[in-house]
Amino acid sequence: MALVTLTIDGKETQVEEGTSILEAAKTVGIEIPSLCYLKDINETGKCRVCVVEVEKSNTLMASCVTPVANGMVVGTNTERVRSARRTVLELILSNHRTDCLTCEKNGDCKLQDYAYEYGLEELRFPSDRVLPELDDTNPFFIRDLSKCILCGRCISVCSDIQGQDAIALIGRGFDTKVAPAWDKPLEESPCVFCGNCVQVCPVGALTPKYSVGKGRFWEIEKVETTCPYCGTGCLLDLHVKNGKVVGASGADGPVNEGWTCVKGRFGLDFIHHPDRLTVPLIREGDGFKEASWDEALELVASKLGGLVSEHGSDSVAFFSSAKCTNEVSYLMQKLARAAVGTNNVDHCARLCHSSTVAGLATSFGSGAMTNSIHEIADAKAVFIIGSNTTENHPVIGIQVKEAVRRGAKLIVADPRDIELAQKAHIHMKHLPGTDVALLNGMMNVIIEKDLHDKEFIETRTENFEAFKECVSKYTPEYVSEITGVPAELIVEAAVAYATADTASLIYSMGITQHSTGTDNVLSTANIAMLTGNLGKESVGVNPLRGQNNVQGACDMGALPVFFPGYQSVTNPDIRSKFEKAWGRELPSEPGLTVTEAINVAYEGDLKGLYIIGENPMVSDPDINHVEAALKNLDFLVVQDIFLTETAELADVVLPSACFAEQSGTFTSTERRVQLVRKAIEPPGEARSDWEIICDISTRLGYPMNYSSSGEILDEIASLTPIYGGITSRRLDSKGLQWPCPTEDHPGTPYLHKGKFSRGLGLFSAIDYIPAAELPDEEYPLILTTGRILYHFHTGSMTRRTEGLHAHRPEAFIEIRPDTAEDLGIVDGEMVQVSSRRGKVEVRAKVTSWPAPGVVFMPFHFAEAAANILTNPALDPKAKIPEFKVCAVRIDRLPLEAAL
Amino acid sequence: MQFYRSHVLICAGTPCILKGCGAVRDAFITELKNQGLEEEVRVVETGCLGPCDLGPVIVIYPEGTLYEKVKISDVPKIVDEHLLKGRIVRDLISEGSIPGIIPYKEPVYFGIQERIVLRNCGIIDPSSIEEYIARDGYQALAKCLTEMKPSEVIEIVKQSGLVGRGGAAFPTGLKWSFTANTKDDQKYMICNADEGEPGTFKDRLILEGDPHSIIEAMTIAGYAVGATRGFVYIRGEYGLSIDRINQGIQQAESMGLLGDNIFGSGFSFKLEVKKGAGAYVCGEETALIESMEGNRGEPRVKPPYPGTHGFLGKPTVVNNVETLANVPQIILNGADWYRGYGTPKCPGTKVFTMTGDINNKGLIEVPMGITLREIIYEIGGGIPEGREFKMAQTGGTSGGCLSGEMLDVPMDYFTLPEKGSALGSGALLIMDDSHCIVDIAESFMRFFVRESCGKCAPCRVGTVRLHEIVKKVACGDGTYEDLEILEDLGRTMRETSLCGLGQSAPVPIMTMLRYFKDEFMAHIEEKRCPSETCKL
Ligand SMILES: Cc1cc2nc3c(=O)[nH]c(=O)nc-3n(C[C@H](O)[C@H](O)[C@H](O)COP(=O)(O)O)c2cc1C
Ligand code: SF4
Ligand code: SF4
Ligand code: SF4
Ligand code: FES
Repeated sequence: MALVTLTIDGKETQVEEGTSILEAAKTVGIEIPSLCYLKDINETGKCRVCVVEVEKSNTLMASCVTPVANGMVVGTNTERVRSARRTVLELILSNHRTDCLTCEKNGDCKLQDYAYEYGLEELRFPSDRVLPELDDTNPFFIRDLSKCILCGRCISVCSDIQGQDAIALIGRGFDTKVAPAWDKPLEESPCVFCGNCVQVCPVGALTPKYSVGKGRFWEIEKVETTCPYCGTGCLLDLHVKNGKVVGASGADGPVNEGWTCVKGRFGLDFIHHPDRLTVPLIREGDGFKEASWDEALELVASKLGGLVSEHGSDSVAFFSSAKCTNEVSYLMQKLARAAVGTNNVDHCARLCHSSTVAGLATSFGSGAMTNSIHEIADAKAVFIIGSNTTENHPVIGIQVKEAVRRGAKLIVADPRDIELAQKAHIHMKHLPGTDVALLNGMMNVIIEKDLHDKEFIETRTENFEAFKECVSKYTPEYVSEITGVPAELIVEAAVAYATADTASLIYSMGITQHSTGTDNVLSTANIAMLTGNLGKESVGVNPLRGQNNVQGACDMGALPVFFPGYQSVTNPDIRSKFEKAWGRELPSEPGLTVTEAINVAYEGDLKGLYIIGENPMVSDPDINHVEAALKNLDFLVVQDIFLTETAELADVVLPSACFAEQSGTFTSTERRVQLVRKAIEPPGEARSDWEIICDISTRLGYPMNYSSSGEILDEIASLTPIYGGITSRRLDSKGLQWPCPTEDHPGTPYLHKGKFSRGLGLFSAIDYIPAAELPDEEYPLILTTGRILYHFHTGSMTRRTEGLHAHRPEAFIEIRPDTAEDLGIVDGEMVQVSSRRGKVEVRAKVTSWPAPGVVFMPFHFAEAAANILTNPALDPKAKIPEFKVCAVRIDRLPLEAAL
Repeated sequence: MQFYRSHVLICAGTPCILKGCGAVRDAFITELKNQGLEEEVRVVETGCLGPCDLGPVIVIYPEGTLYEKVKISDVPKIVDEHLLKGRIVRDLISEGSIPGIIPYKEPVYFGIQERIVLRNCGIIDPSSIEEYIARDGYQALAKCLTEMKPSEVIEIVKQSGLVGRGGAAFPTGLKWSFTANTKDDQKYMICNADEGEPGTFKDRLILEGDPHSIIEAMTIAGYAVGATRGFVYIRGEYGLSIDRINQGIQQAESMGLLGDNIFGSGFSFKLEVKKGAGAYVCGEETALIESMEGNRGEPRVKPPYPGTHGFLGKPTVVNNVETLANVPQIILNGADWYRGYGTPKCPGTKVFTMTGDINNKGLIEVPMGITLREIIYEIGGGIPEGREFKMAQTGGTSGGCLSGEMLDVPMDYFTLPEKGSALGSGALLIMDDSHCIVDIAESFMRFFVRESCGKCAPCRVGTVRLHEIVKKVACGDGTYEDLEILEDLGRTMRETSLCGLGQSAPVPIMTMLRYFKDEFMAHIEEKRCPSETCKL
């Protein structure tokens, strides 16, 4: 790029060609006022506040959109400029409701700042205003267009970042306003309430509802932390006043760059929900009595200790949580292994991505997302299979849409017409449970058409021939019969994926939660290796992890076979390293998984269970079975922020601090370790999870003493090679991506460059095996389950958030119009859904989204829990249950019940 | 081409249609049959001939006789006397004081007018490509494609000194060279026929009366800059223009004058019509492009200019209809010939639609640099009812107001701006001393309030505020401070608005304030209107 020299306010500067005057001015320390400008996002030149004088030009120039030129002489603050700017501001103010005294934006408003700077005390135009009515029809934010200055930032963000195109300018001239098409309410538009428009509004036209009246800008302290919802790892600023979180906004994190989804921005009022647990509870008959910490901890220690001495170490088990920090998971497995002496430690990743860990470890040697999130935007093809990205990882969805904007081919394989399927170039609507067949079919085409990457296969992989032999029978026609996808579409998708320079494969629970979950994962690894899409930027096999810290909980060894950092408990050298560090002899036998532990408890061989922040009573398959198992335990401790369905069955309930109330780290789905900062004190007597574990351990005779979570992180670094350089001293807002072996290592954006963790990549010959339960006459429909944008996991947080709850208060089942007609069901009526394991009543939502013969239910809702129906059949390798396929029937209810 | 002894041209411009020219045409056809003349005399509907006040108007060629206000009952007499016996019907012909029509023979009384742009209008049958060709049509294109390099074409246009007639007066050759210098494989040529300015219809008349001149000029421009596709963006209401251009495109294509491999030169050019979106601002070139792309008709920020980043982001030339109509003649006759018209700095002619308080109304083509006095008193026949000239206005956006002091200022794109006014694109509205300036200012502002697209703040809010204040003054509620505010606001809008609309919206008011301050003051201080015509 050529350099351009110009003079701004008498100061000479050199900038790259194409730079705007406004940006160039920054290089000499001059900040030009601007209202509408948002670098790279809104460069529309609408407000004209940024005008400057350019020598030889007879009008003033909008500096935000005027590129520099050689020899340009610019005046940014001359009398002519100030006078024009003042009048423009006055014009804008003359059509703006200036109720600054009570405006939420008071003190944080650019218009107010400039009005002050330019001394606009009284306006010369006391005239007509456009004062549209306040719109507070949606539960998340208020639109007060009487304050809108039509800067257009919200529109640019909505269309170019969020890709939603929910709002636009309507009307012309003075009557112009920002609104959804036909001026309908936002709720009837494609709006997903990400609130990214709210974030960029320079004035008080858009304000979050739940912050109204809760504090002035200058009273609020912003605390940067990591979002507690999905695994994307967005950074948030919590707005804190008087020890309360009164709002949140997106912080400039490495992944989210300021953007968030509806949950991160508007879904945090659960923090102060009256249902929060504030004191320890001890079971008393059918209910609980409040207890002191001393009492509760003593009871836990004596009960667990007693069970261990009576029935052995393996008679108790520990469920850590994918919601808690790395430090908590680390201590939890240390408690199990060192204090108690069992490998019975696991967490709910078992239910979402254990097959990823098992599968990718087999193929590549390590089970995590191979590439980074920001690389997706530059991929030439994005292949999404079994991930409803825009609903479940919304901010990653933004990257996918950006890739499409930049020209990438989008290929989606999904049994439903999810948003990205609708936006895809190729949508393969395959039946749930036929992923292996579909992928084999694509690979068959790639080999047949000679599109595979021979050099990569030759130099970087092994076992290709056996694999090739296996896929040879999966012709597109044969696969079409199994999957329901037209053969031509399979060919088209295969060619698009294989011929792209860089193709990023993204998957999520649609791949993992099957009785063939590990096979599915191995197949995704196969197709990436086959096309050489590994070991460089913007490619890879990218499992999107569900919970905020599911990656970290796995990394920390909250798994029955691994110490932290995937170091095997069966390896004597490794065991002795940990024995030395922890000062105890450690068990060598792999422990029980979550699902196995439930079964063993059901049979009566597991006696005690300590659960942190998990809710198997909603999240696990076949809930009736789970309930019986938990009731069968001698002793159940649940540590949580709410009295969840699971906590209700506990003998002792320990109140813990939520993410905003404790410090530590989360590891996002792209292996990025990021800080969680304590913003406020926990309610009542609730305490940090790590402090509670330390106390229990100490009372069990294995003292744990840490002065801070940072000290725990440093211990983790000392024992975990992939976290070796990730220390409390070093970690900042950018986070660090593992592997990061030493303190001077920059972290690793993508894995397997030049060499796989296991050496050569391993092709696996995988045959298609049908799902464990297929539809039959009695249960003729396939039920598949999943999540929706507005809720998270078992809903314990989101359903206690006013806005989210108000927006999506209840469960539903998606039924195709043809199925509905056959059954005589109309949209909105209550129906009964039953499987071999149980039945629930739920509202019918008639939509053409699902594939033929398929119905869909979200699993967030305890009162209509999809997991009463789901099949606990396990993947033999990863022990993950088959949430995504089971056979159900739907029956109409008697008239009065159906309304 | 079949030979006809005579042609009867019947004006089919909208005003004449309203006055019943259809019935007159039918009467001619019947009467000619009755007299057995249908093989010898041809009846042609043509674009507007100019003197709309006098419709229905007909012209009989080759004599170039003009009959005005023709009634059906006059038809037998005209056929019998003029066409059969060759005797002009004296009592029906125009007094010779009608501007806008050049009879075939050199007329003494229209000596001031020059015809470059309108040379075929009203003379040929616009639906006949043969007649266009017979008057040298497509020769310029043939010359370009067979004898000249693109750069030579641009050079001639540069040398001619032709500047854009759409209002901004940008040198056309220079504009072309910017696009020619880009390396993109796809470039576009757009003819701007949106013509949203109130009181202007010169572009429409060219399209209706001489469609092939635009098709030819666009193809030449396409060749010069390397564009292979062109669009004629025509205002939606201009049904006849759209039909004529579409018909012209078909004819030219069928004769190999448009389409693939024109004249076997290897150059291909495809042309199509796009219907305008309706808003005035859509005539602004970038808003026009936005609207062609299916977006809201709003101007873009410039730079980048369309010449490098236009339609679909590709280099695009946008030229006004009248600008283009000059091109074939410049190519055929050379730059020096063209420079023989108009002024040295601003050669050529300008077409105006002259309306208002003037004896002769209609379309005129005059050399650049003519004075307002010549137009009003020589071509226009002066102000009716012996009233005094007060003010002229030269076009909605890009124009300005001209007071009596400016009657002798040369009218061209460079001199008028020096006087705080502008030439504008086409309308020439003459007002006599019976009008209230404040009232006129108010009505101008009302137009801009309605037409502001709303994209940028100074124009969106400023037009409304200007209008409010002028209205206040008009009602006698104004103060001296209001005039100061008008000045300040006007200056700010000129300096800060995003596009030409907002930049020129205050110009009428500002020029009126400059030349007619007394009248404003009378409204404010004496609560009185000097012209005694407004509501005060
Ligand atoms: C508000 C506004 C309206 C305009 N309307 C027209 C129009 O109707 N026709 C036109 O040719 N140019 C119009 N222009 C000028 C065009 O933007 C552009 O300058 C012109 O089409 C270029 O052609 P030329 O160089 O041949 O004049 C308008 C400009 C503005 C600011
Ligand atoms: S909340 Fe998000 S989707 Fe809705 S209008 Fe704002 S930016 Fe668009
Ligand atoms: S709502 Fe806010 S961001 Fe959107 S145009 Fe209005 S002022 Fe700008
Ligand atoms: S000056 Fe007026 S018409 Fe032009 S962009 Fe601004 S608001 Fe639109
Ligand atoms: S900041 Fe430049 S026009 Fe608004």
